[in-house]
Amino acid sequence: MAQETARAKKAGHRHQYAIFAGMVALFVVLPFVIYPVFLMQALCFALFACAFNLLIGYTGLVSFGHAMFLGTAGYVTAHAAKVWGVPPELAILAGTAASAALGLVVGLLAIRRQGIYFAMITLALAQMIFFFSLQAKFTGGEDGIQSVPRGVMFGILNLQDMMTMYYVVLAIFLAGFLLICRVIYSPFGQVLKAIRENEPRAISLGYNVHQYKLIAFVLSAALSGLAGGTKAIVFQLASLTDVHWTMSGEVVLMTLLGGMGTVFGPIVGAFIVIAMQNYLAQLGSWVTIAQGVVFVICVLAFRRGIVGELGRFLKKPL
Amino acid sequence: MRAKNSVRALGLAAAVVLAAGTARAQVSDGVIKIGVLTDMSSLYTDLGGQGSVVAAKMAVEDFGAAAKGMKVEIISADHQNKPDVGSAIARQWYDADKVDVIVDVPNSGVALAVNEVTREKNKVFLVSGAASSALTSDKCSPNTVHWTYDTWALANGTGRAIVKTGGDSWFFITADYAFGHQLEADTTAVVKEMGGKALGSVRAPLNTPDFSSFLLQAQASKAKIVGLANAGGDTVNSIKQASEFGIVKGGQSLAGLLVFLTDVHSLGLPVAQGLIFTEAWYWDMNDANRAFAAKFAPQDKGIHPTMVHAGVYSAVTHYLKAIEQTKNDTDGKAVVDKMKSMPTDDKLFGKGTIRADGRHIHDMYLFEVKKPDESKKPWDYYKLRATIPAAEAFRPVEKGNCPLTKS
Amino acid sequence: MFELLGISPQALFGQLLIGLINGSFYAMLSLGLAVIFGLLNIINFCHGALYMMGAFVAWFALKHLGLGYWPSLIVAPIVVGAFGMVLERSMLRHLYKLDHIYGLLLTFGLALVIEGVFRNEFGASGLPYGIPPTLSGGQNLGFMFLPNYRAWVIVASLGVCLATWYVIERTKLGAYLRAATENPTLVQAFGINVPRMITLTYGLGVALAALAGVLAAPIYQVSPLMGSNLIIVVFAVVVIGGMGSILGSIITGFALGVVEGLTKVFYPEASSTVIFIVMAIVLLIRPTGLFGRAH
Repeated sequence: MAQETARAKKAGHRHQYAIFAGMVALFVVLPFVIYPVFLMQALCFALFACAFNLLIGYTGLVSFGHAMFLGTAGYVTAHAAKVWGVPPELAILAGTAASAALGLVVGLLAIRRQGIYFAMITLALAQMIFFFSLQAKFTGGEDGIQSVPRGVMFGILNLQDMMTMYYVVLAIFLAGFLLICRVIYSPFGQVLKAIRENEPRAISLGYNVHQYKLIAFVLSAALSGLAGGTKAIVFQLASLTDVHWTMSGEVVLMTLLGGMGTVFGPIVGAFIVIAMQNYLAQLGSWVTIAQGVVFVICVLAFRRGIVGELGRFLKKPL
Repeated sequence: MRAKNSVRALGLAAAVVLAAGTARAQVSDGVIKIGVLTDMSSLYTDLGGQGSVVAAKMAVEDFGAAAKGMKVEIISADHQNKPDVGSAIARQWYDADKVDVIVDVPNSGVALAVNEVTREKNKVFLVSGAASSALTSDKCSPNTVHWTYDTWALANGTGRAIVKTGGDSWFFITADYAFGHQLEADTTAVVKEMGGKALGSVRAPLNTPDFSSFLLQAQASKAKIVGLANAGGDTVNSIKQASEFGIVKGGQSLAGLLVFLTDVHSLGLPVAQGLIFTEAWYWDMNDANRAFAAKFAPQDKGIHPTMVHAGVYSAVTHYLKAIEQTKNDTDGKAVVDKMKSMPTDDKLFGKGTIRADGRHIHDMYLFEVKKPDESKKPWDYYKLRATIPAAEAFRPVEKGNCPLTKS
Repeated sequence: MFELLGISPQALFGQLLIGLINGSFYAMLSLGLAVIFGLLNIINFCHGALYMMGAFVAWFALKHLGLGYWPSLIVAPIVVGAFGMVLERSMLRHLYKLDHIYGLLLTFGLALVIEGVFRNEFGASGLPYGIPPTLSGGQNLGFMFLPNYRAWVIVASLGVCLATWYVIERTKLGAYLRAATENPTLVQAFGINVPRMITLTYGLGVALAALAGVLAAPIYQVSPLMGSNLIIVVFAVVVIGGMGSILGSIITGFALGVVEGLTKVFYPEASSTVIFIVMAIVLLIRPTGLFGRAH
């Protein structure tokens, strides 16, 4: 059994490396064709969606409050960079750490609940974070923290330059993505999948299920925080949008659209959703209608998402 | 290994970029591109939205840009009331789409974000829809002109007029966000300066559907005036429920601190009658305004122009005049300097000036909502109570502490 | 004692009553959600949008058909209920065997579409709808001024909630419904058309939302956004009450209205958050809600 999966893993993996290489190459040249700020935004959300996918797709936990990690990290990063004046790498790190810590607290509270109750308890806690963000002095209410300095990363990379900023974001995204892949294909990830498939069985096999879930949750929170912190530096802005519950809904949309439990799906989903928001912005209120229609079609016809359906068609995990 | 490769690729790509960057110098393309960034889908759609685009188009037509050999293009987008979406669009417009000026931007949070992007890219930002007076104080920018109104002007106009007529004790129902707090603080300052007093306030979360609890608290305070420091749907709901709870019948008066024509329209006169507030412009004040409205309404689902729409028209007109003089749209600061040096004059806002801090100075008006039987035609809602002369309508420049005015 | 907290007992009583009135909207909406969840296993996220539709139907009937408030109380639930049944037949039907999350996502999408369409058509600032003349004015209760219309809302809502509870828990029809959720195949074998019954149930739940919408029209603005502001609060009410529990959702609805009302007095900034705090606490202590039973 174990051998078989190992073999399958090896055989099933080669094309994933190829796709990954293609993706990297694509992202390296893309800013010469497409406006880089859009790409940076999409990459941040892609990382966010991948982190979310680690939970929903590989652990079977549906969090309906993930915006709190994106937003908290954004605020902490923005505050660190603007008020404390720390360099961007430390600011992002601080944001990530804050989200990880928040993830630990939320995880400890929520992890023992399942299904819809887990979703609801994360929603409730996220609403409290939203309230805190609205009330706390340092977040600037609905104006957010504005004109955050981008600064100079590691003392050499001047992030004011758009292309430098882009490649830094790309590097952060790839690092996060590779970490997620590493986790998914590690023995730890296999246990997570076992829990998703059949929790009682995993328990009876002697795994401490709660601990596994908690680690996955904290990891997902931290990576969401990484995305949020990076986004705050890119846009020089941290705002309530990122903590609002609709953001938690959006990340579900991205993951679902791309394909839950697929490696590349959330990236595709994030790019499509962000592209819709950006390029349909002229259409005004039709954007929400289009989003709604996508949701409906996805649930009714493509429950595996774009990449998931493609993978099924090609008979290969993507 | 893989990581190393990608680092190398990164370095390579960066080198390519640097080379490309120098080749891509900033040359104006002979087209003046106006970006109308507004709320197309939510709270402020009716007072800005598509109507702001219509107003900008009318300004370009009336200016006769084509006849003068100027090529003007207008694009628009929805900022969804999200500062990050707004700033992303602004960046894209300036960097990739060669937009020279952004106009409107209702929602102070988004406007402050666009303000920063515009400063960074040295373009022009003409604010009509946003209220925050921070745009001309500590956040003021050499690239921004705040055209139509601000929280200080609203508080000043309404607060002063009401205290003068005996409304000297106030209770505030305040939307619990930065804009609401500022509106309350500005009004309290005016009321106190005039010898009145603020008896208290209650902070209501944004988008609260039910205000009855807050209204009961306002009733219990026995204040003569209940000040509504909120906007949009919150204002509409609080006014509607105030009428239900007999606030006005009980002897208290309502003061709307930020009310638009479209709010009154959606409330209906039976509920809104008697409300007093300050605005910068009203369509039924003179023939020029009426003619503008007659042309405007059919293009915006029958909505009559609000002061925000008129502000967009007026600001774009003045901007085009400045460009006509400078013949150059690349240096945003130079264009704004030119705008500040020329007196403003157009058919909707009349004569005015732009101060060094970017504040457009013009008359403001105190209006009262008509009783249902006084209204003779559709959208006939206001009667003029007083004109607040330009010199008194806005915050004195020295009180704003705008860094631009200090040198 | 109360004076120390800065509010007189009379004023406090007034605030309690106000809270109860708001609670009656929560109760009606969460009741519909609970019925739908209990019998269809669908988390109906477009409930808020359908509530909004109810208010719009009332507005439309008044403006274009000359139908006043009272006929609208019947017309709007029928129209919106029929619309809901179409949704159920065409879309929701395919999701019953899947995880809850899909039903939630589908209805979330539907809510976006419905609200988007209304916003496009009617703008965002809302439309006026007056209080019916027979119910205008109010009573001075000594401690507060109670508008007649609010008194009517609380009476109507209590009546509807109790009637619904009675039908589901105490009548034969209700017994069939409950049986059908436990074991549809068996009930089908008794010669009862289960799919049709489920469609009708969804229609009923949706009609309750529409009715709440009509009741809300004269006090809140008839606006495309009115539902989305409310939906997650109502959602929380259902979870606190225990998903699928009919009586639980009614009691929790009223109780949370009161809790929220009190928060509006003592810490108004938190009034939109307090319900989530309650939800977190309840879920930590009683995972299945106050009145729920484990599935």
